[in-house]
Amino acid sequence: MTISRRNLLKKTLVGTAVAALPALPLGAIKFLSPAEAKAAVSESKTRYAFLVDTNKCVGCGFCVKACKKENDVPYDSPVTRTWVERYLITKDGKSHIDSPKGARDGFTSQLQENQHETVDPKEIDKAFFVPKLCNQCESPACVQVCPVGATYQTNDGVVLIDRTWCIGCGYCIMACPYGVRYFHPKYKVADKCTFCYHRLAKGLKTACVDACSFGARQVCDLKNPEDPATKIILTERVAVLKDEYGTKPHVFYLGLDRNVR
Amino acid sequence: MNEQLITHGADWTIKHLFVYPNEFIYWGLTIVMYPYMTGLVAGAFVLSSLYHVFGQDDLKDLAKFALVFSLALLPVAMMPLMLHLQQPFRGIHVMFTPHFTSAIAAFGIVFSTYAMIVLSEIWFVYRKYFVEQVHALKDSDSRVLRMKRLVYVVLSLGAFDLSDEAIAKDKKAVTILAAIGIPVACFLHGYAGFIFGSVKANALWMSPLMPVIFIMSAIVSGIALCMLTYIIIMEWKKFSTTLARGRGDDSVKIIAGVELDVIKKATRYLIGFLIAAITLELLDLIFRGYTAMKSWDILREVMYKEDFFKIFILQYGFGNLLPFLMLMIPGAKIKRTAIALALILFGVFMMRWNVVIGGQAFSLSFAGFMDYDVPFIPHHLELYKEGILGALTVAATPFCLFYIINKFVPSLKRS
Repeated sequence: MTISRRNLLKKTLVGTAVAALPALPLGAIKFLSPAEAKAAVSESKTRYAFLVDTNKCVGCGFCVKACKKENDVPYDSPVTRTWVERYLITKDGKSHIDSPKGARDGFTSQLQENQHETVDPKEIDKAFFVPKLCNQCESPACVQVCPVGATYQTNDGVVLIDRTWCIGCGYCIMACPYGVRYFHPKYKVADKCTFCYHRLAKGLKTACVDACSFGARQVCDLKNPEDPATKIILTERVAVLKDEYGTKPHVFYLGLDRNVR
Repeated sequence: MNEQLITHGADWTIKHLFVYPNEFIYWGLTIVMYPYMTGLVAGAFVLSSLYHVFGQDDLKDLAKFALVFSLALLPVAMMPLMLHLQQPFRGIHVMFTPHFTSAIAAFGIVFSTYAMIVLSEIWFVYRKYFVEQVHALKDSDSRVLRMKRLVYVVLSLGAFDLSDEAIAKDKKAVTILAAIGIPVACFLHGYAGFIFGSVKANALWMSPLMPVIFIMSAIVSGIALCMLTYIIIMEWKKFSTTLARGRGDDSVKIIAGVELDVIKKATRYLIGFLIAAITLELLDLIFRGYTAMKSWDILREVMYKEDFFKIFILQYGFGNLLPFLMLMIPGAKIKRTAIALALILFGVFMMRWNVVIGGQAFSLSFAGFMDYDVPFIPHHLELYKEGILGALTVAATPFCLFYIINKFVPSLKRS
């Protein structure tokens, strides 16, 4: 039995192609109706954003508690979709930062978690709280690095994760400069704040906004100039976190201190 | 906390000062093993190509072995990734729905291209041998030998032509494949470096030099592992020959002579690549210190305080400088070379460690640190997968695979 090299290659190629046919992920191909296709590419009339007034935050942690309950994040796990940081800036210029359990139970002691030190109140020049959550960036690094496209940006600006498709590699967690992502202890996939997208879709506010009695948190639509929080963002001096990474974050802060990390 | 609610990373991360609540060492030992194993694959292939493409005849014996060994290493490069994935059964999605803005998405394509090149190169190198075996085992009586013949018939893929013309074509194909293989091998590993180098959120990783550094250290580790394995196998041969024929026998001396010869020649290439690797790493370090960007304060703290021992003593000292001196001082014999090679392998491992774990040793807040407490005793599956036992499984697999492959493709026969 002899076979020419050309024939061998030809037959191998044909054989491989035939064998590979049933492996094609036909289920992954989806045909859209014209209306669906239009909705997918046309620009949305909404761009969700968030406004945090750090001057109003008292560090009660109700937002963290509400978020954990609303979004099925295990209550006793150290991971959380939103958290509050406490900053104590002492006379020597040093900042002492902590966020025990993400401030789920508020700040009940003067003891600095992980530092085992107490800061003398007389030494404190200024002190404040800074709530943190996903920045729903315009150019999200997490979406860029996902190898399977399991995390994506909706056309109204919110970044979401497909729990049925995430492979759990953790690349998005590494890529986020804000540390908002983690592996969900129950679902074993990447997880993060979604601005309570399921609530926004129903016209509700996010769980944390509803839980905040002090009005430190507001969610808004940047494309609606009548939205009170949008008005503030457009007319007052607001800042964002870690501008230098070029991700164009969409959580805006009032009264952001230069010491905030 | 019950079994179901394990927070990934919480078991082995120790936090100091202020670290964001969601920050843990998510990429642990498995991700250290990943570039290490890929590096070994790429390095072994480059070593074999030095002979096949650039005609470095002095490396002929080692090259044959290196090629087959790179095949044994190939599936292992994927193992740590599979151990690491939280959803290992979905790993195949990377092949089916690659999202091409991600560096990892290229993995499926680069890896399978590379696998095809290695497999076909081996086929062309050993086709003659397969056909010879088919003929030699034709009239054998035992069932085992008949089975073996069948394997060779399959391996020859029906191409039984052994004319001079056909053999010459085989050789040409090997040269072409090896030549294509070098850039692909470098790409395979360079892109592993890119995975880290392109993470802008990580101050330690982000550097355009990262892919080049990874390629150089990959070649160093690949050559070192091939040389070391070669030494061990030859020593074993020497030992078994000594047992059979006595210490003074000529065949023992011949084996020893050949071994030393091959190793001496390979050492020259190794030293060249080692110098390139160290130069690039030092350039990166000096550049960071000189430009002193915002992150330098915390990086300096990590490099010169927290991780000083791991970086400067273990990696640069024991892993680079010491073996470099051992190889450079004239009169190196097998034993000294073997120790130097083991140290080089350790050095490259520490380099991977210091990049992967070191990159997570500080918080994104630049205000705190994280220590990695390597999981040893596996209380649950995750601690096995992410711990020392998982890493040892990964490290041992290529040798088991090589043992099996070498039964059919005798890469250790001297020409």
